[in-house]
Amino acid sequence: MLDWLISLWSDPNTRWILMGCTLLGLGSGVIGSFTFLRRESLLGDTLAHAALPGVCIAFMLHEVKSASLFLIGALAAGIAAVLCVSAISRLTRIKSDAAMGIVLTFFFGIGTVMLTHIQHSGSGSQSGLDKYLFGQAAAMVTSDVYTLMGVSVLLVAAAILLFKEFKLVSFDPGFARGIGLPVSLLEHAMLILTTVAVAAGIQAVGVVLVAALLITPAAAARYWTHRLPVMLAFAGLFGALSGASGAAISTLGGSIPTGPVTVLAATLLFVISMLLAPERGLVAKTLRHRSMKANYARSAAERSALNPAEGGNSK
Amino acid sequence: MNRESKQSMSVAPLTVSGMTVAYQKKPVVEDVSFTLPEGKLVALIGPNGAGKSTLLKATLGLVPAIAGEVSIYGDTYKKMRSRVGYVPQRESVDWDFPTDALDVVMMGRYGHLGWIKRPGRKEKELAMDTLEKVGMADYARRQISQLSGGQQQRVFLARALAQEADLYFMDEPFAGVDAATEKAIIALLVELKKAGKTVLVVHHDLSTVEEYFDHVLLLNKKLIAAGPVETTFTPELLHETYGGKLAIVSASGRQTLVGEQ
Repeated sequence: MLDWLISLWSDPNTRWILMGCTLLGLGSGVIGSFTFLRRESLLGDTLAHAALPGVCIAFMLHEVKSASLFLIGALAAGIAAVLCVSAISRLTRIKSDAAMGIVLTFFFGIGTVMLTHIQHSGSGSQSGLDKYLFGQAAAMVTSDVYTLMGVSVLLVAAAILLFKEFKLVSFDPGFARGIGLPVSLLEHAMLILTTVAVAAGIQAVGVVLVAALLITPAAAARYWTHRLPVMLAFAGLFGALSGASGAAISTLGGSIPTGPVTVLAATLLFVISMLLAPERGLVAKTLRHRSMKANYARSAAERSALNPAEGGNSK
Repeated sequence: MNRESKQSMSVAPLTVSGMTVAYQKKPVVEDVSFTLPEGKLVALIGPNGAGKSTLLKATLGLVPAIAGEVSIYGDTYKKMRSRVGYVPQRESVDWDFPTDALDVVMMGRYGHLGWIKRPGRKEKELAMDTLEKVGMADYARRQISQLSGGQQQRVFLARALAQEADLYFMDEPFAGVDAATEKAIIALLVELKKAGKTVLVVHHDLSTVEEYFDHVLLLNKKLIAAGPVETTFTPELLHETYGGKLAIVSASGRQTLVGEQ
């Protein structure tokens, strides 16, 4: 085990990938906390699936595989998807969850068709674009890792600098508008940061699962604290741990895709949090309930022992 | 700020003219115009669906109006924003949000703080003072989901107080609160009035209007009447506002008005 960890760190290539995935998890966890609190979890998934056609179009136009180019493609497609969702829910009676379901599957359908087309064309078979479905961190090159670092710094810096504004808009947008904050601008900023996180994550984690890196660490973090700054820190930590374990385990060989392992790690952290977190965790809740019940039973018994007249027999 | 207040002594805190709001095709607020007198407690009353909350939100620019103008202390709302405090309906937010009472109250200072800057010791002290005023100082560090409905309402009031405004808008502050909170809110309204502030309250309970308020606005899509309680809060005008949905009940020799709930 220890040998394995040391070998991970000693191989410079693996070290880069490990760092990239850790930073990606950190940034996604932090920005995903706001997505989670604003109850827009499904939107993250829509953005992720919508990224696939964006990545394919970027590849078809330039015939090269480059993380920053794909980032732009994924961003553009994500914005198009969000515009579709808001147009559908504004112009029709369809609610936004259904609108997201429609848009998500539609974009993913187009993306899959494009991907198949690219795979069968000459240059495409070497593109490794199929890895974008479930993610393959091992396929990342140094420049990809730099992009991930940049994105991660951007996400964390934005969450720190605009912490107060993001918090207020997430908690009470009406009041925020009342005091003069440009609420829709801030909402769009959060949306774009989420899209950036998703777009940056798809190479490592894949379009199908990248939304989990936004939501699961945040949902797990919520169990441990009542304070937003602490929640952001926990979500970042959980995301980083998930990303690192995903990258580390996928280097074991046997072409294990990174995405599923990352998501499994994040889910494991979530389950642990759900069960064992103090106060909000299920175990703590059950124990509290039990001791309350026992206390009540004991004091009721004492009362009836002291005052037999009030112990249930009517006088 | 002080200089501003002196200049605006003669200007009404709030003038709304020709306010019209529609959702889809139906107008919910139609051509409403009124002026609030300075330093008064004003109740905005009317039946369910009369557009009370909508009128208040449209005045604050929170819902789009088709037509209408708002003037606050003689200027646009945009310029006078720092003199306006707002208490939204309690149900409008998720109370399971990870934050505590003190933090919510400090949000009242965000408008004054400006971008990026964090609230410091000054803001914290002010927030504690306002929590004290609503009798919630002991709950400052309590997670907001662990507060009762009435306590949550008082936290919202404290946040509005922390805005240190001159004109307050309160959207149903008395809805679903316990007796202790109702008392705390009344005490607060009286104190605000003493300090020369103007407060517009969306109100539901007709039986307390005469006791708590100086002025009333009677609304049922259109403005039925506006004026001092003595002359405007009359059975005839209330009948006009509520239509047939109003019963006048005489309890223990005292006339009480009961609106539909």
